[in-house]
Amino acid sequence: MTTIIFYILALVIAVFSVLAVTSKKVIRSATFLLFVLLATAGLFLMLNYHYLFAVQVTVYAGGIMILFIMAIFLTHKPGDEFSTKMSWKVRSSVLLAVGGLLLTGYIIVKNVTRVYNYVQSGEMKMQEIGTAMMGTEKYQYLLPFEVISLLLLACIIGAILIARKETSAGETDSDSDK
Amino acid sequence: MGELLINTTGSHVPMLPYLLVSLIMFFAGIYGFFTRKNLILMLISVELILNAVDINFAVFNRYLFPEQMEGLFYALFVIAIAACETAVAIAIIINVYRKFGNTEVDNIQKMKE
Repeated sequence: MTTIIFYILALVIAVFSVLAVTSKKVIRSATFLLFVLLATAGLFLMLNYHYLFAVQVTVYAGGIMILFIMAIFLTHKPGDEFSTKMSWKVRSSVLLAVGGLLLTGYIIVKNVTRVYNYVQSGEMKMQEIGTAMMGTEKYQYLLPFEVISLLLLACIIGAILIARKETSAGETDSDSDK
Repeated sequence: MGELLINTTGSHVPMLPYLLVSLIMFFAGIYGFFTRKNLILMLISVELILNAVDINFAVFNRYLFPEQMEGLFYALFVIAIAACETAVAIAIIINVYRKFGNTEVDNIQKMKE
């Protein structure tokens, strides 16, 4: 049963990730990306990482997809179609992607089959994740956590500053300098 | 490959199929990044690549070191950084749209006035 669910998710990921990079309409591409992200959340659930599942659904499939869809609505007319680049460029990209896929796949298949062993440890306790995220000991992550929070703050300020209208920017800047 | 086929009847999925799925996702992202001309579509390809990396972190953590959680936390931080990166990139894209009228990379010849 687990295996059947896994192969359904794998099929969804494989098909929709290829469709997301080849579809002509930009909003369809975003929708296919959403399917891929949700199927990835399903994979995390199968690995018993429930917290990662929740983060993936809320941050990726919730937040980032809303950002994408709003950006698409702001910058495109509905039903716009996009041509890709020149055909020699497409051909060389296909060659590059398929070649890289085959090479890396060969390396993985050659080397990985021996090392798998799934240790059944059940669901990871939320308490353990919390103490590891908030501790300062070895294998605990308070410092990266705080760095991420600073980065988020900087990104909020930067995004507002960049996307602001520039009509009165010169005046306000000179005013604030004085 | 033989082990992969035999293990389809078992109760647990081995490590290899997870890696192959993330491999397909990664190279789909690479292909999209090289062929797309639109900035938003290029950003979507980058998201695919980052998502494939997340799967790899979680899978290696679960299968090779199940009693530790370094991979889990790296995946969490990658997701947070991807959110930041997307927010700033979309702000830049909207700014570019305001200045040039579209978001095609070919039409953007000069960035400053």
